[in-house]
Amino acid sequence: MNLLKISWKYLTFRPLSTGLNVFLLALGLAIITVLLLIQDQFEKKMNQDAAGIDLVVGAKGSPLQLILSAVYHVDFPTGNINMEDGQKLIKNRLVKKIIPLALGDNFQGFRIVGTNHDYLELYAVEFAVGKPWELPFEVVLGSEIAEKLKLKLGDEFISSHGISVGSHDHDEHNFVVAGVLKQRGNVVDRLILTSIESVWYSHDEEGGEAEVASASDSVTVASDEPIEEAHADHEEGNGDHAKFHTPIAKTGFPVSDQGREVTTLLLQYRNPIAAVQLPRLINSGTSMQAASPSFEMSRLFELLGVGISLLQGLAVVLIVIAGLGIFIALYNSLKERKYDLAILRAIGASRGQLLSLIFLEGLMLTFLGAVLGISLGHIFLWLLVYTSDQNVVSAIQPWIFLKEELWIVAYALGVGVVASIIPAWSAYQTSIAKQLTKA
Amino acid sequence: MLLKANSLKFAHPDQAAITFPDVQVNSGESLLILGKSGSGKTTLLNLLAGLLKPLEGEVILDSVNLSSISGQKLDLFRGKNIGIVFQKPHLIAALNVCQNLELAHFFSKKTGQEISRLLSDLGIGEKANSSVLTLSEGEAQRVSIARALANSPKLILADEPTSSLDDENTEKVIQLLKTQAAKIGAALIIVTHDQRLKNHVSNFIEVKAS
Repeated sequence: MNLLKISWKYLTFRPLSTGLNVFLLALGLAIITVLLLIQDQFEKKMNQDAAGIDLVVGAKGSPLQLILSAVYHVDFPTGNINMEDGQKLIKNRLVKKIIPLALGDNFQGFRIVGTNHDYLELYAVEFAVGKPWELPFEVVLGSEIAEKLKLKLGDEFISSHGISVGSHDHDEHNFVVAGVLKQRGNVVDRLILTSIESVWYSHDEEGGEAEVASASDSVTVASDEPIEEAHADHEEGNGDHAKFHTPIAKTGFPVSDQGREVTTLLLQYRNPIAAVQLPRLINSGTSMQAASPSFEMSRLFELLGVGISLLQGLAVVLIVIAGLGIFIALYNSLKERKYDLAILRAIGASRGQLLSLIFLEGLMLTFLGAVLGISLGHIFLWLLVYTSDQNVVSAIQPWIFLKEELWIVAYALGVGVVASIIPAWSAYQTSIAKQLTKA
Repeated sequence: MLLKANSLKFAHPDQAAITFPDVQVNSGESLLILGKSGSGKTTLLNLLAGLLKPLEGEVILDSVNLSSISGQKLDLFRGKNIGIVFQKPHLIAALNVCQNLELAHFFSKKTGQEISRLLSDLGIGEKANSSVLTLSEGEAQRVSIARALANSPKLILADEPTSSLDDENTEKVIQLLKTQAAKIGAALIIVTHDQRLKNHVSNFIEVKAS
């Protein structure tokens, strides 16, 4: 028998009141846990995905949309721009590097990004198997896609138009998997990377021939089928298939004999002055728009901030109510327990021990609340991630534990101490003789 | 002499002071303190247990003056040396029978008597793991007696242990207290208004409100 055990017995003696208070506190702390985890990982991810990208140039529209679609691959692209306009920018001495992107197709909801090898370099990717694309229609898969769609080296698939599932298929030419990336924990995990030429050609063919309605919407994955066979089929129908075997441009803009379009350009500045001059130059001097990822993201967080503050407020209210609940429960139970306390004193307990007894009860309640709250928070986040397939949320790890969560425990214990002060003091003051003779 | 209380005087707030007769008792002896309701006999018990501080006079138990120690030391001294049987059992409802007795061991930092043996001595051995809420009144009283005995105290104080009992049960309870006190060589002081107890305990003093 010890103080801890006595406190515990008292708590379990009133399971309903104890349970309600623990649960209330846990709810409040769960909200805080979720906010903490999302905020931490979100910001980290946002910064990680935008690292090395100083400016995004695309068609006019919402700058936030441009950033979301071009950097994070969550929103719809704003439209296409003429490649020539983009090529003019590279001559500007403020620009260090331009990575062009061609977006707009998907495979089972995963976005296909046409780009060059600089993009791989930007995110410092490593290959699990295979190598970067070198011919049109060769693709490199992010780790998550390879895992979810069970695709491996040499597998083929057909892309669909648009960036979400359910659009019509580009069934003229199969993409073939040339490489699979290692998991990096960033946006590349959920992308299918290929050359810009691949994206162009898959659209070209549709324009050239009559659009063939595919028999089924599902994408056919013909594994282990040699790519030559697929090519051979086409060779007879189309004359200019030689371009399918011409290596693609590995860096810079791809070469083309006709007016081509790309979706966006990712820019790196040569020096800090560029940050001042370049956006203005592009926005006013061209038909394109420029947006800075860091600026747009801080604007987004500002917009989200209202919602986050609201949730935080709710969490604080819940925690305060839980604290009050614990206080009232301890205070009420103390009224019934004055005899108990007097008896304990009579059999040798000191005032200090009674004081600790009440504090221990408050602390145990809140500790339970904290543990339950943090677990609930992680479970809630896991459910959130589990039910959302391919948006940004799905990249959040629900089972990462942060140092800040220890602060939640400390915070909860603080609530316990505050809620116990008055009841504990009242227990300390109890006069044994008066209490026992009152009967 | 185990217990000596000399010229004790006590005043409740806003009330005239009460002067108590001297109390003396040896180890192994029994003493009855008789008095009518309101005569202050419970106050005397509280003074002897060190639960109240006297206005004047002193209580010396086992050659320790209770007035000379205070706070935590007094609480511990009481826990080790005095067992109190209260008018009502006042068991801790959150704990079972056995745990209620373990409390006495824990707070007095002393393992007096083995709990299971003590309980079976008092005829409630099979109730050790029952909730105290399921006990009958008589059983609850025996548990409270067991709690007073658990540390093998030198002095047992009982406050009106028989006031609500019939003759037969009164005799049982008194015999129980006497034999158990004798077994551990403790002095027994029973504070009561119950004149029947004179038949069982020859040694008595009377408290009169004065």
